[in-house]
Amino acid sequence: MDSNPIKMMPTPADLTADDFRKIGADEKEAEVIQRESISAWRDAWQRLRSNKLAMTALIILALITLTAIIAPILVGKIYGYNYYSNDLLYTNKGPSATHWFGTDDLGRDMFIRTWMGARISLIVGLAAACIDLLIGVIYGGIMGYFGGRVDEIMNKFSEILYAIPYLLVTILLLVVMEPSLGTIILALTITGWINMSWIVRGEIMQLKNREYVLASRSMGAGHGRLLFRHLLPNAVGPIIVTVTLSVPNAIFAEAFLSFLGLGVQAPVASLGSMINDALTGWLYYPWRMLFPAILISLTMLSFNIFGDGLRDALDPKLKK
Amino acid sequence: MEPILQVKDLHVSFQVKGGEVKAVRGMNFEVGKGETVAIVGESGSGKSVTAQTIMRLIPSPPSIIKQGEIIFQGQDLLKKSDKQMESIRGKDIGMIFQDPMTSLNPTIKVGRQITEVLIKHQNMSAGEAKKQAVEMLKLVGIKNAEARFNQYPHEFSGGMRQRVMIAIALACRPSLLIADEPTTALDVTIQAQIMDVMKEMQSRLGTSIILITHDLGVVAGMCDRVIVMYAGEVVETGTKWEIFKNPQHPYTKGLLRSMPRLDQKKGEPLIPIIGTPPDLIKPPLGCPFAARCDQAMKICERIDPSATVFSETHTARCWDLHPMAKEVQSS
Amino acid sequence: MSKGKTLIEVEGLKKYFNVGGGNVLKAVNDISFSIAEGETLGLVGESGCGKSTAGRTILRLYEPTAGSVRFNGVDINQLSPKKMKAMRRDMQMIFQDPYASLNPRFTVTDIIGEALDIHGMAGSYAERKKRVEELLDMVGLNPDHATRYPHEFSGGQRQRIGIARALAVNPKFIICDEPISALDVSIQAQVVNLLEDLQDRLGLTYLFIAHDLSMVKHISDRVAVMYLGRIVELAESEELYANPMHPYTKTLLSAIPIPDPEVEANKKRIHLEDTASGPIGKEGAGNGGLFDLDNSELVEVSKGHFVSMPKKG
Repeated sequence: MDSNPIKMMPTPADLTADDFRKIGADEKEAEVIQRESISAWRDAWQRLRSNKLAMTALIILALITLTAIIAPILVGKIYGYNYYSNDLLYTNKGPSATHWFGTDDLGRDMFIRTWMGARISLIVGLAAACIDLLIGVIYGGIMGYFGGRVDEIMNKFSEILYAIPYLLVTILLLVVMEPSLGTIILALTITGWINMSWIVRGEIMQLKNREYVLASRSMGAGHGRLLFRHLLPNAVGPIIVTVTLSVPNAIFAEAFLSFLGLGVQAPVASLGSMINDALTGWLYYPWRMLFPAILISLTMLSFNIFGDGLRDALDPKLKK
Repeated sequence: MEPILQVKDLHVSFQVKGGEVKAVRGMNFEVGKGETVAIVGESGSGKSVTAQTIMRLIPSPPSIIKQGEIIFQGQDLLKKSDKQMESIRGKDIGMIFQDPMTSLNPTIKVGRQITEVLIKHQNMSAGEAKKQAVEMLKLVGIKNAEARFNQYPHEFSGGMRQRVMIAIALACRPSLLIADEPTTALDVTIQAQIMDVMKEMQSRLGTSIILITHDLGVVAGMCDRVIVMYAGEVVETGTKWEIFKNPQHPYTKGLLRSMPRLDQKKGEPLIPIIGTPPDLIKPPLGCPFAARCDQAMKICERIDPSATVFSETHTARCWDLHPMAKEVQSS
Repeated sequence: MSKGKTLIEVEGLKKYFNVGGGNVLKAVNDISFSIAEGETLGLVGESGCGKSTAGRTILRLYEPTAGSVRFNGVDINQLSPKKMKAMRRDMQMIFQDPYASLNPRFTVTDIIGEALDIHGMAGSYAERKKRVEELLDMVGLNPDHATRYPHEFSGGQRQRIGIARALAVNPKFIICDEPISALDVSIQAQVVNLLEDLQDRLGLTYLFIAHDLSMVKHISDRVAVMYLGRIVELAESEELYANPMHPYTKTLLSAIPIPDPEVEANKKRIHLEDTASGPIGKEGAGNGGLFDLDNSELVEVSKGHFVSMPKKG
């Protein structure tokens, strides 16, 4: 079997006999993992953190939220007025040291009103997204997990609901019921959850045929364990992304309804109703439209950018 | 034999989070005219990266070609522009991939996928191209070629699609065909047919073939020479007779020992190679196989061995082949 | 095989899938065999022949269309959900894809410990931890890695985790569903040796499903060859390789490349027509030949060697 080498390529000269002592291979040594341990979550977080744009959006969102909570209280304490206290002698004034964003046609402070509006927008957006999430995950989870007949019937129902023009439903609802924050949120969620339920359904259907789910079933796991320990945790990426992206949708829908006059009623302000109010004479008092418009655009843009960043960070397809 | 492809000191890395994976670390080999060379290795050994680098199909980033030359017909492919590469790919070098399901465009008729290549590279008229394409389909053993010409990929089975891929890759009569795991996704009976088609095509067209595979059985049936890769390096190279009948590197020996053979008596235990390949984000200082090698010596962990030459075609890189190793161990 | 008493008896097992458009995929079409205690039965065939479906139907991960599976004489398809759950401790499975078969959000401890939780087999946290470490050691993994996540392991290491999970409940019977086909050559032998070693130590019974005939021959006592949802030949592994009778078995055997240039140079291959139809198709139907599987039955041609033959009359 042995064959004789005809030539060995040059090697470093300072080899000693000791160098050629056998050490063999150590099995345990060969199995040691060198890379640092990291969970899927931390991995996603690290990827998100390295995405500058998404992180900027996240910081802006945090700042907006914080300001919307604090600013109206703080300014009220310092200057002694709130969002509905008016000064009829001081209407439609431009930004100044006492009224940073100017005043409106009733002499109310635009700074407080803008941030109160942002508060309403955020509440509506987050509340609607949370309700969508709750209903969507339960409904979609049931459809995806059980499949077959159950899925067929439930899916048909959601398709029918989806086919009804949502604006029509919303307007009808707002006409029938007292216009209030609660009514708006209800109107937004009545069809809003369908998208989420479809996302969840698709994910669960895909995941339930994975071998690790089969493995758990082969060990005798019940529905609860399969759904809550295996399926939903692995679908959580797309769910979070969908939630994040549905917030700006709800904010926009609320602003749109308020703009049409179907939203929150005076003296409560939302960014949409403020833009509506500013419409008359916006050429003369542009600040009345400018500030709420900038804020709503910034909020929606940030949510969308952050949602995209989340998608990239959580998408296992990009992972290797 | 005059080489049509020479790869010299090729280094390719991937930029990943937390560092640089050194996937190919100093590849050197040649392919002669009409020769079939197999590059054998397990996943992560750098064999596919080498193939994709030759075709310049490797995405960059994340990959970086650190150094080296790829001389094809006298010219360095690494110095070509993307435009120049486009006219070489498919015309002078053909390639078939592992997955025949995804490497054909599902929305274009099979025939057109062949004629497209011919029209682009050979300036053929549509009529000529069609004639040539049908001819190719017949050559790769597809019956009713005229009718099949107008079908879509989904109407073909996996084995048939791989035949179509071979027809596309060889349509312009390239001088080199790179086959990257061409039969891994196929069943054994289909694999046997595809290997036969490739052999048949080679003897007709005189194409040189680089066959990337992990299956030593396929290598034994198909190739002239074998390059064994491990952790981004060539550890042994030789004719198939030298590699199978007289392997010198412990990894090659280990691979052959760990495979059960159909013509073996039952009850003979398999001798596995222990452990797993090294993480190339931090390649070992010495011989990459040292940690798994039962012949490992102290020097193996310190210095990567250079090649020992056994014949014009047979070389292996292992310290155990050094004259001093024998001296020390016999004393 | 005089290995011991029969542990598993599969009889007339069928699993059909509705694939839409009124088509029925007869993935498993009337298969019968038995496995003795401590024996390894190999089940080979090409993709789409129904071997994996057969494995899953035997474990009742799919409800069978017809037929029965008896474990120690008990028909598992008649068991109540509660008894079935208890039965699952005796029958386990090792899956093909070491990347897809481990939940990426679980640590190794949770993956292996899950079965213990389901069956209430670990009293305390410390007990569970100890058992998991014991299992990791048993499959040759470093217990220090128990808190790591699956993606940090190599393919071979993941497959060992999968084996440890299957062993957690002390099963008697394990279905190995292509446990090595996704692994590198140098790793395959490690896993096969581990499976053989565990079988000796724990007295396990295996159904070893694979398409790699050389490995199946190595590990199995008897081998069943599946084609288009049916078993076309079943014999002791030495006998099957020495004396294949069904043309499909012959084709399969001649197609396997052998890592020896001498053997390869002198080999004659037998080719079957390459068809895309799969089990929905009606290859050879009604022609009364060896591939007219609808009108065939397994016939014992010599002791323990069964071949699918056209029915007489």
